[in-house]
Amino acid sequence: MTWEIALLLAQDGISTGAIYVLVALGIVLIFLVTRVIFVPFGDVVGYAALTVAALQLRQMPGTVWLVLTLAAIATVMEAYGLARRGQMHRVPKALLLYAVLPTIPAVLVWLAAGRDLPIWLGIALTLAIVMPISPLLYRIAFRPLADASVLVLLIIAVAVHFAMSGLALLYFGPEGFRSEPITGALFELGPITISGQSILIVASSVVFSFLLFLFFERTLAGKALRATAVNRVGARLVGILPSTTGATAFLLASALAGICGILIGPVTTLYYDSGFLIGLKAFVGAIIGGLVSYPAAAAGAIFVGLLESYAAFWYSALKEVFVFSALIPILIWQSFTSAGGIEEEIEEEEREGEA
Amino acid sequence: MRWKFHIPLGLAIAFIVVAPAIFGSFTITLMNYIGIYAFAVLGLVLLTGVGGLTSFGQAAFVGIGAYATAWYTAVQGGSPWIGLLLALLLTSLVATVLGAATLRLGGHFLPLSTIAWGIAIFFLFGNIDAIGRYSGLSGIPAITVGPISLSGNVAMYCFIWGLLGIVMLLCRNLLDSRKGRAIRSLRGGIAMVESLAIDSFRMRLAVFVFAGMLAGLAGWLYAHMQRYVNPAPFDIRPSIELLLMALVGGAGHIAGAVVGAAVITLLKNTLQDVLPLFTRYSAQLEVVVFGVLFVVILQKARAGIVPMINRYLPRPPLALPAQVPPLARRARPIVSGQPVLTIHGTTKRFGALAAVNDVSFEVKAGEVLGLIGPNGAGKSTLLNLITGTAKADAGRIMFLDHDLTKLAPHHIAANGVARTFQHVKLRPNMTLLDNALLGTYSRTRSGFLAGAIRLDRNEEKSAQFEALQQLKRVGLGEKAAELAGNLPLGQQRLLEVARALAADPVVVILDEPAAGLRSLEKQILSQLLRTLRNEGMTIVLVEHDMEFVMNLVDRIVVMDFGSKLAEGIPADIRAEPRVQEAYLGGVA
Repeated sequence: MTWEIALLLAQDGISTGAIYVLVALGIVLIFLVTRVIFVPFGDVVGYAALTVAALQLRQMPGTVWLVLTLAAIATVMEAYGLARRGQMHRVPKALLLYAVLPTIPAVLVWLAAGRDLPIWLGIALTLAIVMPISPLLYRIAFRPLADASVLVLLIIAVAVHFAMSGLALLYFGPEGFRSEPITGALFELGPITISGQSILIVASSVVFSFLLFLFFERTLAGKALRATAVNRVGARLVGILPSTTGATAFLLASALAGICGILIGPVTTLYYDSGFLIGLKAFVGAIIGGLVSYPAAAAGAIFVGLLESYAAFWYSALKEVFVFSALIPILIWQSFTSAGGIEEEIEEEEREGEA
Repeated sequence: MRWKFHIPLGLAIAFIVVAPAIFGSFTITLMNYIGIYAFAVLGLVLLTGVGGLTSFGQAAFVGIGAYATAWYTAVQGGSPWIGLLLALLLTSLVATVLGAATLRLGGHFLPLSTIAWGIAIFFLFGNIDAIGRYSGLSGIPAITVGPISLSGNVAMYCFIWGLLGIVMLLCRNLLDSRKGRAIRSLRGGIAMVESLAIDSFRMRLAVFVFAGMLAGLAGWLYAHMQRYVNPAPFDIRPSIELLLMALVGGAGHIAGAVVGAAVITLLKNTLQDVLPLFTRYSAQLEVVVFGVLFVVILQKARAGIVPMINRYLPRPPLALPAQVPPLARRARPIVSGQPVLTIHGTTKRFGALAAVNDVSFEVKAGEVLGLIGPNGAGKSTLLNLITGTAKADAGRIMFLDHDLTKLAPHHIAANGVARTFQHVKLRPNMTLLDNALLGTYSRTRSGFLAGAIRLDRNEEKSAQFEALQQLKRVGLGEKAAELAGNLPLGQQRLLEVARALAADPVVVILDEPAAGLRSLEKQILSQLLRTLRNEGMTIVLVEHDMEFVMNLVDRIVVMDFGSKLAEGIPADIRAEPRVQEAYLGGVA
């Protein structure tokens, strides 16, 4: 390997890693606030990328039907729940949140599909329609079990992923898509050429990570999220509703997923199930960061990007094996460096419904 | 009339025995698959439902087993029986490495890493030339038992279901033994498990490896029935289906493995017939249906089918143990008054706060020592340091001639230090007797194998007798067969005391045992502790009920803000101005 190739691989790895950073941040965010390990995150990324591509091909993206279906289920669940508790006066607000709000972007995309759209409009519409997906999933699948153990929530997350990826095949078909690059610029930097798209990815990653940081540090909503992450019961005692912070976390994560999908769409050909692997690799990055620290998760994600890039050069077919196997030595290292005290363990007692 | 409790089981066995005579070849093949899945699901039942761990890589273990025997028999031309050994060896090896890497970390690291490595191993299968890459390996021979070849459908049926019956029986025996009880206690926090001298890490590892071996066994059967393997059935999706089977069947029940495997396999079969009528992507819609089913089950019926049925079946009464040879008592080479526990300059900090600050005192053999102080004085932290639940930043804690400072909690417990917890830690879904039996873990020896093949019955009977005696001592003998979760809080505390006593400890450490007890119960407890002292047991007691403490203890250590404030006999402590100040905010 010449050092030109090494540099090329490094820049490739860093730009992939930058995508993983955003995904990893979203995963850590959701985990800390709701204790859900949100496996379908990658699927949302995939939906975003395929939506951009479908709009550019003047097709109707299946995301419209997904959002409408989810909105319908969530509305029914919410309305039923409110009716059963006799809180009919809260129904209008629930209808606004779960029926009207998600329907607006769906209708917009439905109207826009099939027309010649400027690239920015396609991106804006995609972002708008992807936003409601995760909060709706949260309402439907996770919130009814908000107090279950991390394990049960994880199993649900995996199940949701399978449903999502099955639906993606129904909506988008088995063909691969690649959307048009947002910028076609190329930059000569010594011996290597860097594409404007790569620079855009890295820059977006930095900017959005910083915005997330500002959100947590400077806004009340961000602080409420942090408070929930530190102590759910305590947060509840000072009037922070876990269901609200949960929905906020999922909304933020959805936005991050949308951005990731839009950025990665032009870089590789994506299939209905590609998002899952993107999500899992970001996971490996997040786990390297111990699932608790945002900067560590970001560093881990960059590492995964680099590892993948170099592994692809040497043994293209085995690159997934490399990335996922890297987890094992990392976990061994973590298990020997972690404090090891058992007193801080959260005891999760599961009462089964049996007599 | 014990036979009537076995009617459902008898009917199930009768059905399986007559099935080949009734059903055609298609159904028998389907039942063969159900049987094979049931092996892998049984592993998940033990892992998830009983042990509280989860793996999303069970199908990958099945794959390792299948590929091990496929490679050995089809490529190397070896015997399937050696292939079985290889399959079991390889799965247990991989499980040991993975388990060792992840089981020390938090509960969700194991499932997460199983997703990752489950995918990795799928790609690995698909890229190794020696095992045929993505096209797989064919030409795997059938299993032969002596002169009989199991190439036929029905022959394989008999073999699979016969073996499954034996394995399920062994698992049932195991769960009803000393080690099995330890496995059942894993679910719901390890502080309690460790305090019973059970090495929680090794126990988890054992369950994980055992589950992996069951998957390996399933893989072996699968390879020799299909006579062909390729990577697709060992991907992450089949792993999820196995987990779904376990949850549907009833993850805490051995029978759940068969029920779940049958229900999901039949459902899948039906879907494959019905869905193509609606869409050309029927395989994908099947995934969606399963995904939704999963979420609905977890939200609405997390316990699964078997517990639902069990509710309507009569429960056999608990056979209480009769008079049997008692368990050997712990050697207690102690002269009264000799120091048993020596706390020397012990300090524990949480950040800037010194929860325990340079505390020193001795606990002498055969005395009841009261540890008192206002809330937040560091009493419970000190108990956690003694029992190893927390590690001291400075100082030494000696128990007889053992240095406890660096020992893991289960080693400390094994040495003869038993404890109860301020926040009661029991297993609410186990009976009182089983909870108390957990205490005898450090006094008994039976291993996994002895438990599975019932070589442990004499020891088990003695242990049951001992546990029952201790339950009677705290006044709970009548309720031995009830579930611990149904007790009021005060009696749960007494159950913890009985569990601690079942370990026949040298020192017993009680963290607020009288909290929540009614007056009569307090008197029983007080009387019991006096009896124990007369028998030579050493007792350390944290308690806020001053009347209870002052009437019972020999000496008192007072703590305030992490430091030792005073030490002495109750009368002196009562007169001590600094103690009065700490409690009442200054008398003068």
